[in-house]
Amino acid sequence: MSYGAVHDDEHHDHKPTGIGRWLFSTNHKDIGTMYLVFALTMFFIGGAMAMVIRLELFQPGMQYVDPQFFNSMTTVHALVMIFGAVMPAGVGLANWMIPMMVGAPDMAMPRMNNMSFWILPFAFTLLLSTFFMQGGAPAGGWTMYPPLVLQLGDGLPFLIFAVHFLGLSSIMGAINIIATVFNMRAPGMTFMRLPLFVWTWIITAFLLIAAMPVLAGGVTMLLTDRFFGTAFFDAAGGGDPVMFQHVFWFFGHPEVYILVLPSFGIISQIIPTFSRKPLFGYASMVYATASIAFLSFFVWAHHMFTVGMPLAGELFFMYATMAIAVPTGVKVFNWTATMWKGSMTFETPMLFSIGVLFMFTLGGFTGLMMGITPVDFQYHDTYFIVAHFHYVLVPGIVFGIVAGVYYWLPKWTGVMYDETLGKWHFWTSTISVNVLFFPMHFLGLAGMPRRIPDYNTQFTDWNQIVSVGGIAFGLSQLILVWVVIKCARGQGEKATDQVWEGAHGLEFTLPSPPPFHSFTTPPEVTEATAHS
Amino acid sequence: MSVDKLKQTVLGVVAVSLFLASGAVFAGLADMPLNLTQGVTETSQRVYDLHMIILYIVTVIGILVFGVMCWSIFHHRKSKGAVAAQFHHSTAAEIAWTIIPIIILVAMAIPATKTLIFMEQTGDAEMTLKVTGYQWKWKYDYLDEGVTVWSALDQASNEARQMDSGIDPNTVENYLLDVDNPIVLPVNTKIRILTTAADVIHAWWVPALGWKRDAIPGFINDNWTNIKEPGVYRGQCAELCGKDHGFMPIVVHAVSKEEYAAWIEEQKAAALAAADGANREWTKDELLAKGKDVYAANCVSCHQANGNGVEGLFPPLNGSAIVNGSAADMIGLVLNGKNLMPAFKDQLNDADLAAVMTHERNSWDNTAKDIIQPADVKAAR
Repeated sequence: MSYGAVHDDEHHDHKPTGIGRWLFSTNHKDIGTMYLVFALTMFFIGGAMAMVIRLELFQPGMQYVDPQFFNSMTTVHALVMIFGAVMPAGVGLANWMIPMMVGAPDMAMPRMNNMSFWILPFAFTLLLSTFFMQGGAPAGGWTMYPPLVLQLGDGLPFLIFAVHFLGLSSIMGAINIIATVFNMRAPGMTFMRLPLFVWTWIITAFLLIAAMPVLAGGVTMLLTDRFFGTAFFDAAGGGDPVMFQHVFWFFGHPEVYILVLPSFGIISQIIPTFSRKPLFGYASMVYATASIAFLSFFVWAHHMFTVGMPLAGELFFMYATMAIAVPTGVKVFNWTATMWKGSMTFETPMLFSIGVLFMFTLGGFTGLMMGITPVDFQYHDTYFIVAHFHYVLVPGIVFGIVAGVYYWLPKWTGVMYDETLGKWHFWTSTISVNVLFFPMHFLGLAGMPRRIPDYNTQFTDWNQIVSVGGIAFGLSQLILVWVVIKCARGQGEKATDQVWEGAHGLEFTLPSPPPFHSFTTPPEVTEATAHS
Repeated sequence: MSVDKLKQTVLGVVAVSLFLASGAVFAGLADMPLNLTQGVTETSQRVYDLHMIILYIVTVIGILVFGVMCWSIFHHRKSKGAVAAQFHHSTAAEIAWTIIPIIILVAMAIPATKTLIFMEQTGDAEMTLKVTGYQWKWKYDYLDEGVTVWSALDQASNEARQMDSGIDPNTVENYLLDVDNPIVLPVNTKIRILTTAADVIHAWWVPALGWKRDAIPGFINDNWTNIKEPGVYRGQCAELCGKDHGFMPIVVHAVSKEEYAAWIEEQKAAALAAADGANREWTKDELLAKGKDVYAANCVSCHQANGNGVEGLFPPLNGSAIVNGSAADMIGLVLNGKNLMPAFKDQLNDADLAAVMTHERNSWDNTAKDIIQPADVKAAR
C-alpha cells in the first residue's frame, strides 16, 4: 500500500480543529462536505418554498399568500434549487471524489477551492435578503426576463450581484476541476481510463466556463438598463427585450447539461458496480457526453419558440433539438446494456440509479415532444413543461446525486448506512415524486398555464393530488437526513475498503474513511486496474 | 425489519396509492380533459395529430426500452443465481442504436416541418385583429373597422379571487376564464392576429385555436387563425407578466359573418355614444356611479379596494397628496403615467377618466371631495 499509517498520522496532526478547520479549509474532503451540507440546506429551503406554492395551489381562490409573493416563491424556489442545491451538490461530489478517483492528494488549487465554496453563503445571503426589502424578492421568474424583472424594487441589484457571485464560484470550481484532472492524474491514468464521473465533470467544467460568463453579461446589461440609462432590452431606446432571452438561454441550455451530466457520471459508476459487469460502451459514453455538451450550444432557442422567430430559425432549432435525442439515447441504451446479463443486486444506490434511468428517460420523451416546434406552441409555458423539467431535474438529477451520496457515504464515513432506511427513502421518494409530477402532464395538456397562483375550478382535483405528492416527497427527504446523520456519527457496520462487492476504481483502494490527504504517493494505474 | 416485511409494506403502499389515484380518476376528474384539445381550426387539428403521432412513437419506444430494462432487472439478478457476463462493447449494437433513432427522428421531422410551414402562412388574411397586452388586461383593435375593445377579468371572478373574499370559486361560473368584454370573431374567415404589448411581455393563448404567441413591447408578431365552428373559446395569458399574470383571461366568441357584422356596428355606435359623453356636464352622482366601476376594472389590482396600495410596489391613493391636491396635477399623472403606473390616456375615454378621478377624490379618507368633468380631461389631453 502506498500510504503508510505513520505518514498518515503525521498529516492528521496538522489538521486544523474547531471552526477554523472549516473556515480556512484547503482540504478537498472538508470542502466537499461543506458543499454537500450547504446543498442539502438549500434543498430544504427551496423545498419549503415549493411547499408554499403547493399549499396555495391546493384549492382555487387565494388563501395564504398574495400573487406577488407567490411569484417570488416560484422565482426564488428555482434559483435556490438550481444554483443553491443541485450545482453545489455536484461540485461537492466532484471535490470529494475526483482527487481520489484520479489518484491525487487533493485538488490542484486548494485555496481557490476554499474561496469558491465560501462565496456561496454570501451570494445566497444577498439573494434571500431581498425578501426583507422594499418591493420584495425577485418575482419575475428565475429566467429574469426584462422588462418584467426591471419592475422589481430594491432587490434587483442584489439579485444581479448574487448571480455574479454564483457565476464566479462556479467558474473557479470548474477551473479547479480541469486543472486537477489535467495535471494530477496518477501515472497510467490516461484520459480514456478515467472513470465516467470524472469525464462527465470535465465536460461539465468546460460548459461552466463557456456558459456562466454569458449569463453574467446578460444580467450586467439588466443592471445598466435599470441604473445607467442604457436600453439593451428596451425597444424605445433601440434595444430588444427578446435579445435578453437569447443571451439567457445561450447560458441556460448548457446549464441544463451542467446540472445533468454529473448525475449521468454517477449512475455510470453505480450501474456497473451493482451489475458486477464493466460499463458497456465506455468510449461511446465519453463521445456521447461530449456530443451532448457540444450540441447544447445550438438549441437554446427551443426555450423561446413562441417569441416569433423566422421559419428558418424555428426549423433549425427544432432539428438541432431532435438531434440531441441521439447521443442521449446512446447513453440510455449503454446503461441498459450494462445491466443486461449482469448479476444485479439492488442496494439503495442502485435503486436510485434505476430510478434515474426510468424517470430521466420519461423526461427525455416529453423533451422530444416539446422540441417539435408546432406542438410546442401549445405546450409552451404550461404545466406540461413544468412536468417535463421536474422529471429531468428531480428523479433525473436529484436522484442521481442521492444515489452518489448513498454509494460513497460508507467510503466517506467508514460505516455502512442503514440499508432499510435507504430503501424506505427510495420507495417513498419514487412513489411520491410520480404523484407529484405525473399529473402535471395532464394539467398542462388541459390548458393550465405555469406560474399562476390560482386556477379555474376544473383543475382542482389534479392540483390536490399534486400537492399531496409534493408534501409526501418533501417529508420523504427527511429520511435521507436521518441516514446521513447516523453515518456521520459513526453508527453502522464498519465499511470495507472496497465497500461494494462489485466496486472498482482508485477510491476503493483507499481505506474507509480515506486519509486526510488522499494519495500522498501516486498509485500506478494499469489497464487491468483502471475502472473502465 | 426483515426484507420480506419491507417488501410487503412497500407493495402495500403502492397498492394504496394506485387505489387512491384510480379512485380520484373516476371520482371527480371527469370535467377536466387529460389530453390536448383538438380545437376548432385546421392548425389546432394538425397540431393535435402531430402531438398524438409523437406520443404514440415515444410510447412504443418507451415500452420497448423499459421492457428490456425490466426483463433484465427481473432475470439478471444475483439472487436468481445470475452470473455476470463480461462483455463491454458491441460495435454493431452501438451503430444500430445510433442509426435507428436517427431514422425515427427524420420520420418525425417531416410532418412537423410541414405543419410549421402551414402555420407560418400569414398572407391572404381577410381581416386583421391587433392584440396588445397590458398589465393586466388585453386591448383588441379591429384594424379594418376602427373598433377597439378592452377586455379584463370579469367582476365575479375578480371579487372571488381576492384573498379572504369569502366567495367560493366553485360558485363562480368560468372562474378566472371570463372577461368583462369578450371579443367577437367571424367563423370561416382567415384572420390575421398581430400580438404586441405595452409594458412587459405577455403571451396570447387560446388553446382551441392551436397556438400561443408572445406579445412583446415594441415588436409585433403576426399569426393567423381560421375558426371552423361557432362557439365560445377561452384562454389565458401564458407568459409571466407580474402580480396578476394569472388573472388576465381571453374569451373569443366565434359567430357567423352576419352576426359579426352586426356586432361591429354595435361597437361603433357605442364608441360614438361614449365620445359624446365628454361634451356634456355630468352630475356628481353620475360620475361617482361610473367611477366605482372604472376603478374596479382598472385600478383595484394595484391600488387595492381600500385605496391603500401595496407597500413598496404600488403607492396608496388613500390620503395621497396627489389625489387630494390640484385636479390638474392628478389629471396629468393619470393621463401620462409614472414609473409602474401606465399612461391611461389611450386606455380610457374622457368620461371614464373623469369619473374614476372623481371617485378617488371622494373615497376613503380623502378630503378633496370635488368633481372632475370630462371636459377638464379633454382639455388636458
